[in-house]
Order: sequence, then C-alpha cells, then structure tokens
Amino acid sequence: MAPVVQIRELHKIYESGEVPVHAVRGVSLDIHKGEFVALMGASGSGKSTLMNMLGCLDRPTRGSYKLDGIDIEKLDRNELADLRNQKLGFVFQGFNLLARTTALENVELPMLYGRHRRLGMDVIRERAMHCLDIVGLAKRHDHFPNQLSGGQQQRVAIARALVNEPQVLLADEPTGNLDSKTSVEVMGVFQKLNDEGITIVMVTHELDIASYTKRNLILRDGVVVRDEAVQNRLIASHELLRIGEAETAAKLVNSPSA
Amino acid sequence: MRFTTIFVVALRALRRNSMRSILTALGIIIGVGAVITMVSIGNGAKSQIEAQVATLGQNIITVFPGSFSQGGMRSGFGGALTLTPEDAEAIAAEVADVDGVSAEITERSQILANGLNWNTTVKGESPDYPAIRNWPIAQGTMFSEQDVKSLGKVAVIGKTVADQLFPNEDPIGQTLRIRNLPFRVVGLLETKGFDMRGQDQDDVVLIPYTSHMRRVSRRTNINTILIQGSSPDKLDRVKMDVEDLLTQRRRGREPDFTVRTQEEIATMATATSSTMTLLLAAIAGVSLIVGGIGIMNIMLVSVTERTREIGIRLAIGAHGSDVLTQFLIEAILLSSLGGVMGVCLGIAASEIVSQTNGWPVLVSPSSVFIAVGFSAAVGVFFGFYPARKAARLDPIEALRFE
Ligand SMILES: Nc1ncnc2c1ncn2[C@@H]1O[C@H](COP(=O)(O)OP(=O)(O)OP(=O)(O)O)[C@@H](O)[C@H]1O
Ligand SMILES: [Mg+2]
Repeated sequence: MAPVVQIRELHKIYESGEVPVHAVRGVSLDIHKGEFVALMGASGSGKSTLMNMLGCLDRPTRGSYKLDGIDIEKLDRNELADLRNQKLGFVFQGFNLLARTTALENVELPMLYGRHRRLGMDVIRERAMHCLDIVGLAKRHDHFPNQLSGGQQQRVAIARALVNEPQVLLADEPTGNLDSKTSVEVMGVFQKLNDEGITIVMVTHELDIASYTKRNLILRDGVVVRDEAVQNRLIASHELLRIGEAETAAKLVNSPSA
Repeated sequence: MRFTTIFVVALRALRRNSMRSILTALGIIIGVGAVITMVSIGNGAKSQIEAQVATLGQNIITVFPGSFSQGGMRSGFGGALTLTPEDAEAIAAEVADVDGVSAEITERSQILANGLNWNTTVKGESPDYPAIRNWPIAQGTMFSEQDVKSLGKVAVIGKTVADQLFPNEDPIGQTLRIRNLPFRVVGLLETKGFDMRGQDQDDVVLIPYTSHMRRVSRRTNINTILIQGSSPDKLDRVKMDVEDLLTQRRRGREPDFTVRTQEEIATMATATSSTMTLLLAAIAGVSLIVGGIGIMNIMLVSVTERTREIGIRLAIGAHGSDVLTQFLIEAILLSSLGGVMGVCLGIAASEIVSQTNGWPVLVSPSSVFIAVGFSAAVGVFFGFYPARKAARLDPIEALRFE
C-alpha cells in the first residue's frame, strides 16, 4: 500500500530575516497508514517547520510532498485549504482555540468549511459533541477556553482536529504545556485514535512521551539523524492506573500526619 | 459555509464586542436618523404648502401684472399695476372654457362699525369670486353683477371681521364704513383659515371691484385677475388663450403681465422648501459617510486584532472567500442594524419635532427604504477593504501573529 505521507528531499529556507535560515535541509520520509510517529530534536532543529509543511500550512522551498498520493506542489491556495480540511487534523503548538468562543463552537469550526459546509447546524452540533465526548469533555461543552485548564484546552484542540475524521493527525508538542499525568491522558486519547486506524505524527521534547508512540524520528539541524521503531512501548491506560495507585498510596501515607 | 451559519458567526462576533459594535453603529444610526428627520420635515412642509395652494380653489389661473421675461429679471413682477378691468371683461367674454373671472384689487384699510374699528384687507372682486375660490357664503348672499355695474356700496365680510366689528350680532344688514363711506353687509363668508404665508384669510372685506376703484382706492388698474377654467385638462389651453388675448390687447407693446396656473404657483411655493430639504438631507448624508468611515476603521482594527482567529480559520480549511464573506457580512450587519435603528430614531425625532413645534412631518416610505439601502451599501463599500485584507492573509503568517 502506498504511504500516506511521502516526502523526498524536502527543503525549507526562510528568507524573511537578514540571513536566510535553512531550517529543513533535505528530509525524505515515508509514513504509512496506521503509524504513530514521534518527531524529536533540539529546539530550533526544524521540527515545527517540517510539521507545518506536512500540514500543508507552509510550502516547501524545494522537494516533493505527496499526501495520500496527491502532489501538494500542484495545488492552489483553496485546494490546499480543502486538503487541510478533509485529510488533516492539526493540533497546534499553542492550542490556538478561538477566544471567547465555547468549546463546542471551537470544535464545530472545521465543519463550517470544506465539504461539510452544507451540513445543517444540528448535525454539526451533534458531531462536535461526539468528538468532545471522545476526549472526555462533553460536560464542559459550553465553557470558554479561559474557563478551561491547559490540558482541557489541549483536548478541545484535539477534538477539533478529529471532527472531520482526518486520515492524518498532526500534533506539534501536544503535551508541551501539560503536567505528566495530563500528558499521559492525552497520549491515551492518541493511542485510542491510532488503534482505530488514524495515522499520527507528533512533535515532542520528552523521551518518555515519545515511548508511547510506535516510531521515533530525531531531527538535528534540519536533517533526520535517527529513525527507529519503539522497543518498549508504553500503554497509556496502564500508566494511568499506575499513577493512580501511586497517588492513593501518597494520600494514605500523608493522611495521618495531616 | 451556509448562509445562515455565516450570519450566526457574524452575529457572534458582533455580540462579543457589543459595546464597540453599538458605538460603531451609532455613526450610521445618527446619519440615517438625521436623513429621515430632515426629509420628513421637508416633506411635511411641502405637503402643507400644497394643501394651502389647493385652498386657492380649483383649476385657477392667475394673471399678475409685470413680466418675468421682461429685462431678464422679475423687474415688473408685482410692481406697477398694468392690468385693467377691461382685460378681465375681455377674458370673460372671449376665452372659451372659462367658468368664472374676477378682477381683483387689494388694499389695506381702516374700517369702522358700531363705534369699533379694525384694520383689514379690503378686496375689490367680481361676483364670481366665491365660486372661483371655492369659498361658500355662510350667511346672506354675494353681491351681484348689478352691484358691480352700479358701483354698489355693498360688502361681504370674512369671519374675523365679523367677530371684530359685530360681536354677538348678526352682521347681515349692518353697515360698516370704509374711508368713511357706508357699505351695507350682505353676506358672511365661511371660515377659511390661514394661507401659505400664515395670513388669516378670514380677515377680509369683499366689495365690488368697480366700487373699490372709483370710491375707495381711486385707482384705474387692478392687482390681479383670477380665472377659473372649466376642467384641469383644459387649463393649459385656457392659459395660452389668455396670454394670446392679453398680448393682442397690448397691440405690440412689451407684455406686462404673467399668467400662472395653480400648479405653477404650487411649484414656485414649494421650490424653496424642496431646495432646503435637499440641502439638509445632503448634510445628513455626509454624516452617513462619516459613519461608514467609522465602520471601516473598526473593521480594520478588528481584522488586525483577530489575525490569529483568521489564521486558525484559514488553517482549518476556510477559503479566502469565506473569510471575506464573514467580515463583509459583519460590516453589512453592523451598518444595516445601524440603519434600522436610525430609521426608528428618525421617525421618533420627526414625531417629537411635530409635537413640540407643531410642524407637520411626513415620513415617506421611500426615504426609509433609501436610507436603509444606503446604509447597507455603506457597509459593503467601507467593509470591503478590511474584509479583503483579512481574506488575503497567509495562514501561517497569521498564526504566528502576536
Ligand atoms: N518564520 C520564520 N522566519 C525565519 N526563521 C524561522 C522562522 N520560523 C522558524 N525559523 C527558524 O528555523 C529554525 C527551525 O525552527 P523551528 O520552529 O522549526 O524549530 P523547532 O524544532 O520547532 O524548535 P522548538 O522545539 O523550539 O519549537 C530555527 O532556527 C528558527 O529560528
Ligand atoms: Mg516548534
């Protein structure tokens, strides 16, 4: 089967500053359906740049990118927008939710555009509710982003990325602002989605978070320097149980002295 | 996006900044309100003038002394009296489709009766006068053709004169003195009210024009000739015939008269008020444009402020046209809501003006539609540039915007 993501000799040079920045210098990569990839590397190594190109938000300076067999280079602005809308779900590095807009309305957003734009408001509402339910936030649907915790906002962003049933979910540091327990919860959601067949590419700094995935890529100065399968994969549900037990244990120890 | 969804999204955005939206719309509210009020007052004034012109009578043609065409300017108009009673008689005798002719001569004079005195307008007229002016006699009769021939000392008086000189008395048969000459009151006119210059039309004494010329004013010329045509569609032809006849009677002298139909008089009378209305509406219209600039300003601020939002929408799959429509609809909604509220304000203000000043106002539906349509157009015009600016943003640049 053809890979969902196929990139060849991809380059990105930022010309905006005084000196051009060569952020991605020739990355070639195949990602197949059902893979769960962690993209790692030092700060400034080009992870976000690569993710933006994978997400069809930014165009590569050189090289080719085929998403689900479609050559990105030949598409115009609106066709790219439709592609992002239909095939991709993007979870941004900062959550990028619409402020002063309820969680539900944020999740509805992708259905207002693209091929779903003709859907009735009630259908849109129902599907958005379903996705909020997947990330466990159905009860908080009418809350505004500033009334939600960082982890909850991140989950709303994930629900929004899922609502159009994308083939590929791209997440730029989805756990960057979260504590370790919430991070594991988010990984739980990702693993569940991955089990259902969604391909996931995720940027992370944390090695332990990367070990929830199936494949780790390490980027240095815009080049992939390591590409290996994960050996001892962690399962989020197990880890959560373990954390829960540890917490109760801590409480049991602490309670008499309190 | 569906059209309803676009509206919902735009309304949400406006509601999120409700105070700002209201202040922005205020420019349009005031602009539209001012236009509606000004036009309503103008229309009211015009309709009142027209109503008053109608009280002149029906199918009236008036001959004035002096000529508009003479020397370019209205030099002779209303100046030297050049019309003669013979002109009036000739018109009555020779022009077809004329129901009545009255030679009119006017003078203010002090009159006495019962030891009371009163300063009033004494008019010399023909017996046709009440019929021409559509002004029935309430009591008694009009003087007759015989009275005209015999320079009769008879008078028909208006209600105000009757009230002043013969309070609580039947005026018919009483005697009043004009320039010390006794006139017998034979008729009392019905109440007519004020004319378009705000003068009391009932403050009048009518006597035969011959008596006026020979006994009272001692003049050989008359002020005006009133002619009543038999029907509206014949009026223009009657007017031409009158002009031809008078020109013929002048035997090659410069025409020293002006013939005007009632319609022309109405047009002249409303001309100033129409100009005034137009001027005021234009000034009010300027405030609408200022309101539009306010909308453009706020929309530009809004686009900058919401750059991230635009970036998110574009990243998620919105086309440039979706963003354009969203911002355009927002601007149009803002200006149209302002327009509708402005109409309410305008109607309310017109009502208040008419209540407090007693001016007649007339809110015309066309001015309401034009004002609302214009305000929506203002929204499109001034909203387009900011909306296009938003639509052209690059998604990744917009997302990076701080
Ligand atoms: N818009 C831009 N204009 C110019 N240079 C840029 C731009 N965006 C990124 N860069 C540069 O490109 C390089 C790679 O940046 P990138 O954001 O991809 O790093 P990253 O791996 O995501 O880092 P981090 O882990 O800190 O998020 C950096 O040197 C950065 O300075
Ligand atoms: Mg980054």
